[in-house]
Amino acid sequence: MEKFTTLKSVAAPLPLPNIDTDVIIPSREMKGTGKTGLSVGMFANWRYSDPIKRVENPDFILNKAPYRAAKILIGGKNFGCGSSREHAVWAMSEYGFRAVLAPSFGAIFYGNCVRNGILPVVLSEDLITALAEKTAADPAKNQIEIDLPRQTVSVADGTPYVFTIPRADKDMLVEGLDSVDLTLRRGGEIEAFERADHNVRPWAYATPASSN
Amino acid sequence: MTGQTLIEKLWKLHTVADLGGGAALLYIDRIFLHERTGSVSLKELAARNIPVRHKEHVFVTMDHIVDTLPGRGDDTLMPSGKDFILTTRAAALAAGVNLFDIKDPRQGIVHVVSAEQGITLPGFTQVCPDSHSCTLGALGAFAWGIGSTQGTHALATKTLEVAKPKMMRVTFTGKLGPGVTSKDMILHLIGKYSASGGSGYAIEFAGPGITSLPQENRFTICNMAVEFGAFTGIIAPDETTFAWIEGRPYAPAGALWDQAVAHWRTLNSDADAVFDQEIVIDCADISPTVTWGTSPGQTSPIAGEVPDPAATADDAVRKAAEKALQYMDLTPGMKLEGLPITAAFIGSCTNARLSDLQAAAAVVKGRHVKAGVRAIVVPGSTKVKRDAEAEGLDRIFTDAGFEWREAGCSMCFFAGGESFGEKERVISSTNRNFENRQGPKTRTHLASPATVAASAIAGAIADARKLG
Repeated sequence: MEKFTTLKSVAAPLPLPNIDTDVIIPSREMKGTGKTGLSVGMFANWRYSDPIKRVENPDFILNKAPYRAAKILIGGKNFGCGSSREHAVWAMSEYGFRAVLAPSFGAIFYGNCVRNGILPVVLSEDLITALAEKTAADPAKNQIEIDLPRQTVSVADGTPYVFTIPRADKDMLVEGLDSVDLTLRRGGEIEAFERADHNVRPWAYATPASSN
Repeated sequence: MTGQTLIEKLWKLHTVADLGGGAALLYIDRIFLHERTGSVSLKELAARNIPVRHKEHVFVTMDHIVDTLPGRGDDTLMPSGKDFILTTRAAALAAGVNLFDIKDPRQGIVHVVSAEQGITLPGFTQVCPDSHSCTLGALGAFAWGIGSTQGTHALATKTLEVAKPKMMRVTFTGKLGPGVTSKDMILHLIGKYSASGGSGYAIEFAGPGITSLPQENRFTICNMAVEFGAFTGIIAPDETTFAWIEGRPYAPAGALWDQAVAHWRTLNSDADAVFDQEIVIDCADISPTVTWGTSPGQTSPIAGEVPDPAATADDAVRKAAEKALQYMDLTPGMKLEGLPITAAFIGSCTNARLSDLQAAAAVVKGRHVKAGVRAIVVPGSTKVKRDAEAEGLDRIFTDAGFEWREAGCSMCFFAGGESFGEKERVISSTNRNFENRQGPKTRTHLASPATVAASAIAGAIADARKLG
């Protein structure tokens, strides 16, 4: 997984509440059983006036010149709610997004982000509104700078705002860690848990053959 | 020392290691996968040459992509759908996990199947790369939706790293009026507190309004916890739950059953447990509820009107409401009751259990779907379908002009195959009224099975209570 330390980029403001993962990647756009080839379908129903023929909607924020290179998205409350489809994050990552700033996130989307090198940053609604307005006023000048080790977000050399992030999520992003490998190293602890738990909840370890 | 909430007890029971900062490595009792998101998890594991830990506790079924038309097989109306089915089947067989394939009598929507087979038990932790995994909280399980990468982690290690959610209790007091259902309860809650009202919380649903519900109706409540923005929802298991589980294929039996029930009776929040937030709702205030917008929080009592976004103070919320009304082709002040519809859908993990079909059939019996309305019933599982047929429910629906389908998720969402037509107005017993969810520009109104049935008959959004 690509490491995340610092990032400076144009940010695209899309501060509507409850932007769901069906909007980020419509089910129709999830055509294969893999993780790739998804970015062209990202936001398809908003990004294209004709999603089948891929005719761009010039009014959509990501189709406007200054925002085409945006690596940061500013979203509204409950960003990424709805379906668990990790394809939403795979599509955004393939497109080039590395961070999403929002007042809150759908829990599954948040977890999917940190496992794919995208940093989800939770900031207050007021701050999100201010950042969205500032970037809209002059996107090229008012680029957003994120420093994950320091947990700060700043814009155009202004005051850095501190954000919080669970330590495990930060470590995963900063070090580009694969948590499967890390947890597999805890095999002994997992076995010890199972042995003790088996005595407390034997029915939880029964197989169909032995329980019927 | 203050008491513990039910979730806190389950958290403690499943903690393998404390990861600091409120996070823990939790043991996962059961894992369920479906052909839409599951094959990625299994394939990744195989590519890395990591075996599934406790493959006997992993279950796979086909529900999302598989067609629901009679005589279905591996071919699907969804372009490339067959790839998902074949890839998932091959990956499941190679991994040696339990597979309920298309023609298996145990096939169906994951969350329906997992409960009816007795796979999910009270106190279990369970995950599935599907957001509606929270449905199983209705059995007193701590169950939540994950991504495919987390699915790989769970399959490989039987654990997941989880940040501890905050605790909320939603207490339903009083008694529901006649013709008001658990679907109306959860839509009312989300409507009142918004689709992000539960954000950051694990929610325990409690109170006489919950404990008086039959088991099947409780699933509907927990199913939509995710539409409330919650990490998950749960209901303390009680005698209703135990009676519902006893004798199911994967449920413990004999002495093990007695031991399990004794343990399950301890699974409830202590009287002095402290929740980070409490919400109380009087069931008497709940009417049959319908959504008017493109978020499950945009609801109204069926007798109500489409609200005016201009009355909303919050700028972003107002803009979202205006966008929703434009999409739904509605204007402020319009009455919801009487709004013409062209399609009606009864199905999904929210409302396609036997009791849901019984409630809809009771409305439909002896009546006929309005000319020009396409009405469809999709049972939640093959077992539900067969049980319904044994009672003659299929005849009631088909005589009334409904299509009677094979089990699956079907048109709860549009994946490029079957869908409701462009800009069609659909009344639906499902859980998501998102833009383009059920078809290109399709306008979805969420409601209970009884409301959907009554609306199919009337050809417009209708109150089942008035049909008599």
